[in-house]
Amino acid sequence: MSEVTKLIHKYLRHDKKFPHVWCPGCGIGIMLGALIRAIDRIGYEKDEVVLVSGIGCSGRLPVYVDFNTLHTTHGRALTFATGVKLAKPSLKVIVIMGDGDAVAIGGNHFIHAARRNIDVTAIIVNNSIYGMTGGQYSPTTPYGMRSSTTIYSNIEQDFKISELAVTAGAVFVGRGTVYHAKLLDSLIEKAILKEGFSVVEVISHCHTQYGRQNRLGTAVEMMEWQRDNAVPVEKAATMKPEELQNKMVIGILVNKELPVYQNEYDKIRERAKGIAGR
Amino acid sequence: MLQGNEAVVEGALRAGCRFFAGYPITPATEISEILSVKLPQVDGTFIQMEDEIASLGAVIGASLAGVKSMTATSGPGFSLMQENLGFAIIAEVPCVIVNVMRGGPSTGLPTSPSQGDVMQARWGTHGDHPIIVLSASTVCECYDITIKAFNLSEKFRTPVIVLIDEVVGHMREKMALSDEAEVEIFNRLKPTVPPEWYLPFEDTPSGIPAMANFGEGYRYHVTGLTHDIRGFPTSRPDEIGPFIDRLHRKISQHFSEIQMAEYYETEDAELTIVAYGCVARSARRAMIEAREKGLKVGLLKLITIWPFVRSAVEKVLKTSKNLLVPEMNMGQISREVKRVNRGVAKVFTLNKVDGTIITPEEIGNRIKEIF
Ligand SMILES: Cc1ncc(C[n+]2csc(CCOP(=O)(O)OP(=O)(O)O)c2C)c(N)n1
Ligand code: SF4
Repeated sequence: MSEVTKLIHKYLRHDKKFPHVWCPGCGIGIMLGALIRAIDRIGYEKDEVVLVSGIGCSGRLPVYVDFNTLHTTHGRALTFATGVKLAKPSLKVIVIMGDGDAVAIGGNHFIHAARRNIDVTAIIVNNSIYGMTGGQYSPTTPYGMRSSTTIYSNIEQDFKISELAVTAGAVFVGRGTVYHAKLLDSLIEKAILKEGFSVVEVISHCHTQYGRQNRLGTAVEMMEWQRDNAVPVEKAATMKPEELQNKMVIGILVNKELPVYQNEYDKIRERAKGIAGR
Repeated sequence: MLQGNEAVVEGALRAGCRFFAGYPITPATEISEILSVKLPQVDGTFIQMEDEIASLGAVIGASLAGVKSMTATSGPGFSLMQENLGFAIIAEVPCVIVNVMRGGPSTGLPTSPSQGDVMQARWGTHGDHPIIVLSASTVCECYDITIKAFNLSEKFRTPVIVLIDEVVGHMREKMALSDEAEVEIFNRLKPTVPPEWYLPFEDTPSGIPAMANFGEGYRYHVTGLTHDIRGFPTSRPDEIGPFIDRLHRKISQHFSEIQMAEYYETEDAELTIVAYGCVARSARRAMIEAREKGLKVGLLKLITIWPFVRSAVEKVLKTSKNLLVPEMNMGQISREVKRVNRGVAKVFTLNKVDGTIITPEEIGNRIKEIF
C-alpha cells in the first residue's frame, strides 16, 4: 500500500457516507491531509484526539475522520473545546474553524481562548469569504473586493488573523497556505505539540465563491497566487514595510512560553484543598 | 441556615457535578462564587467564561468528556444560552442550567423576583424539542431539585433547566442536608458493546441510547445537524422523522419519572390553587387561612414545570370547579392550565409583574372574590 492509501485507511471513516461536501479543488481537503499527516507523525492514538469544529465548509471536516469528533455551533467551537480539555486534560484537542467562524461570530471566544492559554490547537482555514452560505464578505475579505453582500465593493478593513492571535496572547502562531503543503504539515505538527494555545492560520482558496466573484480564476490559479504572494518570515525580516504591502508572511510568527491554564488550575486545586483541610 | 443559591451548590456537588462554567449575573452570582471555592477542593473545575454562550458551550464540552457539568445564570444570560441549549438537546448531552429568574424583558429588574422565563425555558431555543424544567419553592427543594435535575439529565441524556425565583435563591432557611446514603445518584449509561457495534444515537426500548465519553475508545461524531443513528448528518426523511420522534418519545414515555407535583388538601377542594416557586408558599398560607374560615381550598404545587403535569391538573379537576393560577408573570402557566381544563372548571388568574412577590393576602382576597 502506498503511504497515502495507508493513511486514508487508518484515519478516514469507512462508515461515513462519502463523497464529501466540498467543491472539487477546494483547499480544505489539502488542509485535512496536512492535519492527518501531522497527527500520524506525532503518533497519537485515535482515541486520545478530539477534533472540534464550528459551522461552515471547514466545519464539515471532522465528520470524515476517525477521531472523537464534535461539530458545534457557528463560532463556538473554542468554547466547547475549552470544556473538553479542562474536563479531561489527557485528550488532545484540535479545533478547526473558518475565518467567519473564528473571527466574526467567534471573535470574542478566539481572543479569550488565546488570552487564557487553554491548551488547544486552533486551525483556521482563511478563504477570505463565507463559503458555505454562498460567498458573503467575512472579516478577512480585503478592502475593495467583491462578495455577494458587497457587490459594489467591500469598504471594511480586514482582520489579519495571525496578528490578532499574537496580540491576544497565543503562545504559538504560524501562518501557512495550502500551496506550501510541506510548511503546512510542519506548522500543524509544531502547533499540536506546543503546550498552550496554538494557532495555525491556513490561507486557502474558495474558487467557487470568492474566486468566481472576483475573477481570480481556477483553484490552481488561486494557489499560484498564494505561491507568488507569500513571503517566508525570515525573508520578511529583511524587507521594508512598503515591500511587504499586500504580501502575506508565512512561517512561525510567535513561539513563546506562558503558564498553561490547566497547569495553573492544578495549583489552584492544591491551594483550595489546603484551605479546605485546615 | 442556608441560602437557596447555596443549597443549589450543595445539591450539585452531591449529585457529582465537577465542572462549572459561568458568567456573573445577579441574582445567580452566589452559585458561581461558591463553586469557584468548592470545585477545586474536590478536583473539579470552575471557569469564568467570556459570556453565557461560551459558558454553556464549555459545559457541553465537559459533559461530552465525561464530567457532570452545570452553569447558572439569569434572564439575559439565559437568552444567550438558547442556541447551545438546542445543541445539547439535539446532541443529547446531559447538563444542568440553573436560571435564577429576574424581571424582564432585557436587563429588566436585576434584583427583583419574577417568573417571566417559564415560556422561554419551554420554547426559547428554536425548533421542535422536548425539555425538562424543574422549579423550587424552598431552600430544601433547591438542594433536592438540583440533584434531581442532574439525575434526570444523566438518565435521559438531555439538558435540564432549574428555574428558581430570586427570593428563593436569596432566602435563608434551616435545612438538614439529607443523609448521604439516602440520596440516589444516577450516572449516564455507558455502552457495553464493542466499539465497532456502538450506535450513539440508536433507538432503544427506552428511547435513550447509551452514551460513551470522549477518550474511552468509542470514537463517534457529535453534531448539531440532524443525524442518523451513528451521528452522521442526514437529510433522509426516513431517518429524520424517527430521530425527532425519538427525541420526544424518550421524554414522553417517562412522564411518571419526570413529572413531580404536590397536592395539599385537594381531595375535597372546591377551589384549587395551582402554583409553583415562591408563589406556592404564599398560596399555601392563603389556603390554610381560607380553610380556617371554612372555605374548601386546596393547592396543587408544581415542581416539574415542563413537560407540563397535565395529569395532576386533570386529577384536581375531578373535584374542583374552580382553579386559581397566581403567577409572577402575565399568565404563562395559566395558559397551560386552561388548555388542560378545556372548559370543565372556571380558571382564574392572578398576575403580578411589578417586581414584588404575590402575598398570601393577595391570594386570599382573590379566593374571597371567587367564592
Ligand atoms: C448563528 C448562526 N448564524 C449564521 C449561520 C449561517 N452560516 C453557516 S456557515 C456561515 C459562514 C461560514 O463562513 P466561514 O466561517 O468563513 O467558513 P467557510 O464556509 O468559508 O469554511 C454562516 C454565516 C449559522 N449556522 N449560525
Ligand atoms: S464553497 Fe468554497 S470553501 Fe466551500 S467547499 Fe466550495 S470551494 Fe471550498
